[in-house]
Amino acid sequence: MSSLELTKEEQEALDGKKGDAIASAYRILLAIGNATGADRLVPVEWAHVSGVNYNTIGDAGVEFLENFSEGAKVAIRTTVNPMGFDRDNPGDLPQQFIEKQTSIASSYRRMGVTPSFTCTPYEVFDIPRRGSAVSFAESNAAVFANSILGLATNKESALSALASAVTGKAPLSDLRIGKFRQPQVAIELEPGLEPRTELDYGILGYFTGKAVNESCAAIHGISEDLPTPAAKAISAGIGTSGSCGMFTAKDDKKVKVKDRIAFGKREAASVMDELNTAEDGDIVAFGSPQLGMAELSSLASAVKGRKFTKRCIIFCSRAIHAQASKAGLVDRIEGAGGEFMRDCCMCLTPLITKEKFDAVITNSVKGAYYMNNSNKVKVALKDMKTIVDTCAR
Amino acid sequence: MKMKNKHQQGMIIKTCRKIVGGKGEGNALLSSKPINFLSMLDRKTGKVVDPKHPLFGKSIKGSVLVFPYAIGSSVGAYAIYSLAKNNVAPSAIVCFKTDITTASGCAIANIPTVDIDEQELVPDIGPGTRLVVEADKARIIVLASQPRGDLQQT
Repeated sequence: MSSLELTKEEQEALDGKKGDAIASAYRILLAIGNATGADRLVPVEWAHVSGVNYNTIGDAGVEFLENFSEGAKVAIRTTVNPMGFDRDNPGDLPQQFIEKQTSIASSYRRMGVTPSFTCTPYEVFDIPRRGSAVSFAESNAAVFANSILGLATNKESALSALASAVTGKAPLSDLRIGKFRQPQVAIELEPGLEPRTELDYGILGYFTGKAVNESCAAIHGISEDLPTPAAKAISAGIGTSGSCGMFTAKDDKKVKVKDRIAFGKREAASVMDELNTAEDGDIVAFGSPQLGMAELSSLASAVKGRKFTKRCIIFCSRAIHAQASKAGLVDRIEGAGGEFMRDCCMCLTPLITKEKFDAVITNSVKGAYYMNNSNKVKVALKDMKTIVDTCAR
Repeated sequence: MKMKNKHQQGMIIKTCRKIVGGKGEGNALLSSKPINFLSMLDRKTGKVVDPKHPLFGKSIKGSVLVFPYAIGSSVGAYAIYSLAKNNVAPSAIVCFKTDITTASGCAIANIPTVDIDEQELVPDIGPGTRLVVEADKARIIVLASQPRGDLQQT
């Protein structure tokens, strides 16, 4: 494997000519370049950074960002992942949490990031032309960008996307190179098993991410023209369970895959066995990834003339919320008792904890994974329609 | 001091790929399964807290942690940095297919990190094996296992 060659300017930046923060950004790029077998760095047009929620990055992260933001400004468009709560409605979170979270948000602002607090930047910002290199840390966004938008990103880490943000560069490797964007493994749906609900797509994605260690997977048996909610669910599933960073629905006979894996009832059931850990729950949560206009529109239609019998939290970005307000969707959903949380997401949120809730009902496979494993809250997994049918009257 | 000589007699040198520079030494802590730095570890103690993981209950502090690659959230990179801030990080890390989370976290946490083929290293690791990772020289020195009694003194 070739080693990464830096230009003179890059080498000087690594040696500290542009300050400590930029030097550490180049240290990161060098390390991930070595890891992924890159021979050089290339410009990227957009960085999407994770590591915003105090619940995940902790005190060490707060301190790191405070120092880093004193010496570095973003060089390209940089958007950020959700934080821990809605800026206008922190609820009953401890004051200490609110202060630390506010410090994180200020550090990112000092660097010049757009305070998007969304895990679905692809639904909020204009999309660069196909083929553009980007650097996305949020896994659902990385898979969606590669698979649906034709952008090129590796599955970046919080720190590697930050390094790209302040340098405008990323290693030329893996999914940024055409040949690695060909599927190496195919998931083959058994006849009659085409996913029907967003939950089915999430389960298929989760299975794919677990079964495929390679960079790109083919999924045979689904539409090549997936509706956005389905594409989001499948991307989030893949991103959650493994290291695969792209899927294609195309069944290209010219591409030789080295392995074919069947996906049938048994495989779907194994995902449910792992993630569906409760029959029912005491709260409903929608929004991992955060809901977009399409999902909000479906939800508004489904709750027409009904009221939720349980607390129902809907996570979406501030930008989508504003758009949905103008379209009248927010009123309709709030009229049914739904409660919106902006800026944050159900994954790793401090709002849903085992101290407050025994189990949560959701349609999100990604949400279910994090609720079970990190928040230690049990999960009843059902599709949106079933949830509304059983939890709203 | 006697022990040190004994080590050098039984040492094997392996060639590897540098990911993050530096030198680190410690007892080999081998995991056949990937590691999720965000959800599997107690960042204050360095202990593996996931009961389903083969390293459950063990501390990674001061070890040379050998594992295939990291899985899970992109925020795992910050978890590696937190381990270093809390002085419970491994002395060095060896992966079989180094991922971006591990590489970037170790770059910021200053943990020497190398990449080697699993079959090249694992057969030489036994109970009490010590490893010296010299990332800048792209090599790992495998020191012969010592009797259990000696281990407890170190």
